[in-house]
Amino acid sequence: MDLAFTREEQAFREEVRQFFRDNVPSETRRKMVEGRHLSKDEMVTWWRILNKKGWGVSHWPKEYGGTGWTAVQHYIFNEELQAHPAPQPLAFGVSMVGPVIYTFGNEEQKKKYLPRIANVDDWWCQGFSEPGSGSDLASLKTKAERRGDKWIINGQKTWTTLAQHADMIFCLCRTDTNAKKQMGISFIVFSMKSNGVTVRPIQTIDGGHEVNEVFFDDVEVPIENLVGEENKGWDYAKFLLGNERTGIARVGVSKERLRRIKDLASKVEAGGKPILQDPAFREKLAACEIELKALELTQLRVVADEGKHGKGKPNPASSVLKIKGSEIQQTTTELLMEVIGPFAAPYDVHGDDGSNETMDWTAQIAPSYFNNRKVSIYGGSNEIQRNIIAKAVLGL
Amino acid sequence: MDFDLNEEQRLLKDSIDGLLTNSYDFDQRKKYMAEKGGWSKAVWLKLAEQGLLGLPFAEADGGFGGGGVETMIVMEALGKALVLEPYLATVVIGGGFLRHAGTEAQKAAHVPSIIDGSKTLAFAQLEKNSRYDLFDVTTTAKKKGDAYVIDGEKFVVLNGENADTLIVTARTKGDRRDKAGIGVFLVPANAKGVSRKGYPTQDGLHAADITFTGVEVGPDAVLGNPEDSLALIERVVDEARIALCAEAVGLMDESLKTTVEYIKTRKQFGVAIGSFQSLQHRASDMFVAAEQARSMSMFATMAGDFEDAKERTNAIAAAKVQIGKSAKFVGQQSIQLHGGIGMTMEARIGHYFKRLTMIENSFGDTDYHQRRVADAGGLI
Repeated sequence: MDLAFTREEQAFREEVRQFFRDNVPSETRRKMVEGRHLSKDEMVTWWRILNKKGWGVSHWPKEYGGTGWTAVQHYIFNEELQAHPAPQPLAFGVSMVGPVIYTFGNEEQKKKYLPRIANVDDWWCQGFSEPGSGSDLASLKTKAERRGDKWIINGQKTWTTLAQHADMIFCLCRTDTNAKKQMGISFIVFSMKSNGVTVRPIQTIDGGHEVNEVFFDDVEVPIENLVGEENKGWDYAKFLLGNERTGIARVGVSKERLRRIKDLASKVEAGGKPILQDPAFREKLAACEIELKALELTQLRVVADEGKHGKGKPNPASSVLKIKGSEIQQTTTELLMEVIGPFAAPYDVHGDDGSNETMDWTAQIAPSYFNNRKVSIYGGSNEIQRNIIAKAVLGL
Repeated sequence: MDFDLNEEQRLLKDSIDGLLTNSYDFDQRKKYMAEKGGWSKAVWLKLAEQGLLGLPFAEADGGFGGGGVETMIVMEALGKALVLEPYLATVVIGGGFLRHAGTEAQKAAHVPSIIDGSKTLAFAQLEKNSRYDLFDVTTTAKKKGDAYVIDGEKFVVLNGENADTLIVTARTKGDRRDKAGIGVFLVPANAKGVSRKGYPTQDGLHAADITFTGVEVGPDAVLGNPEDSLALIERVVDEARIALCAEAVGLMDESLKTTVEYIKTRKQFGVAIGSFQSLQHRASDMFVAAEQARSMSMFATMAGDFEDAKERTNAIAAAKVQIGKSAKFVGQQSIQLHGGIGMTMEARIGHYFKRLTMIENSFGDTDYHQRRVADAGGLI
């Protein structure tokens, strides 16, 4: 057992940190610190900087543009990225559809899609959830019927994150209605510009527009857009969801937010002195930091295990990371709310489209608190994670 | 970055797990508890035979030169088996004082008899009003020529009833809560003026309240600087906290395992109660709590070697907070999921709960350590 980072790993951290300092556009960083939404251009600009450096798809196999880093290096990279903070690579392309394509796709698909994913020439979105299929994803109804050399797709997806920016979608579609529900699903990719695709925004409780409903009305898709085998889509979906094991804890995000809390709490007064000096507040803050430290160590244990034994089956410990990671993220947004107290109330009618440059620094705190309720719901709700632990770890 | 045990550490783990599997089931434990003093001399000698009592001592002193990870392995195993024998008091704490501050003569006088299992130690530190503050000491050690005369009362001294040698904190200078002026003394338990009132503790161990009335000890009794040993005490107590964290992890592992086995077999409404989602989710939360505790136990073990005392203490305080919270949750929910049977003395699970509960209140509870972390400005 040796829990210290090696000298090489520390040097790597320094290199990564320096690169972020030199290359993340300062406006992008500022918006992230303040919890504002970024424009599509701002995100794509940063991702292309990252891709140019060769770090856009760091965890992909080298032949497709990956870095060949160790598990610990990936961990360090992610932590520094989240802590800077800078936008993480677009998960839908880089962490989700990319690995499915290079693992299960044919040569033509690899050539066609992978470089465009890496450079975000295509913005991808995820067509999984449906109005009637949330946690019970395999009950999905969107249908793809084979007609000649085309798939004809009909149905509806929902919670489609940033579909308003998307060029492409990877979509779970039912291709065999007679099979048992998990067996008749296929993984099909297609253009969001296709005829018959309609995107309708969903406004979330924070007032933001991150998610959408997406409707398919006789959408025609070339037959070669099926990835892997017909009716094997559920396997690919499970692969995709299990792939993202450790980033989900978002330790770096919470660390960065705790630094912000301390910064604000040293300025905002309560009882005539900074709220950071209030014993009750300080102890809550300490409690959160301790939880986060424990999570960081748990994450490192998973990372080290992955580094040693390879990425085999998804590690059920990643459910621990999801549960604690989301709880801590939510606690940090609660603490921010507590710091600003009554100034949480004003609602910013301008949104964060940049039209109100003098917007008060408190403006995004309540929306961020409301928005973060999502983190214990998405990616397999925390209740689903508890089911996974009960079944896969405890054998219940 | 490597969380796996090396070959030697794996052997150590196998060896102690094997020993305890054979000699420490719940019924055997009951027998040991009924022995004189409340623990088994035979088991103690077996631990000695396997070299476990000499584990942390330097090879030059007859030990095996084991580090923090080795102690963690042993303490986890002792927790898992709910061991009664005074490893913490004798090897971790008593041994800690000797390793960090013992002169060659003091080590020669005490270490061999610890290693061969012939003598045990106890740490007489807690006072009526000191609670968790190690510097809050009213017991006095007054200089008399070359000697010291110790007067005062110490409470809940673990293994105090059985120990051959007591390690006593006493004030040589200053007022009750002064950080300077505290010394540490090796006092034979049978010295004139030492009076012990022993009793069993809630978790089945044994402790004693000890009164020192004009107890005279020679210069060979002084461990470290008699006028400035708080740093030494903090260091050794930090090591005790690390060991308690590891013991608690072993206890939580076994509590969770026992509870999960129980809800898989206990039937109500015609099915195993473990098929109910409310119980499954509770058990999953116990798993999460135990894993977070394991992570922090490892962190504490690592922190034991930190050069900077402030950083070390802060990290160990943080670990004790996590352990305390996890221990309370896992302990309480183990009883809850067992239902009525969990309330009985006859069932194993309650004894795990009780030991976990006592650990939370040893050397600083959750609130105490959380405050320390807050006062140190946090961890991030």
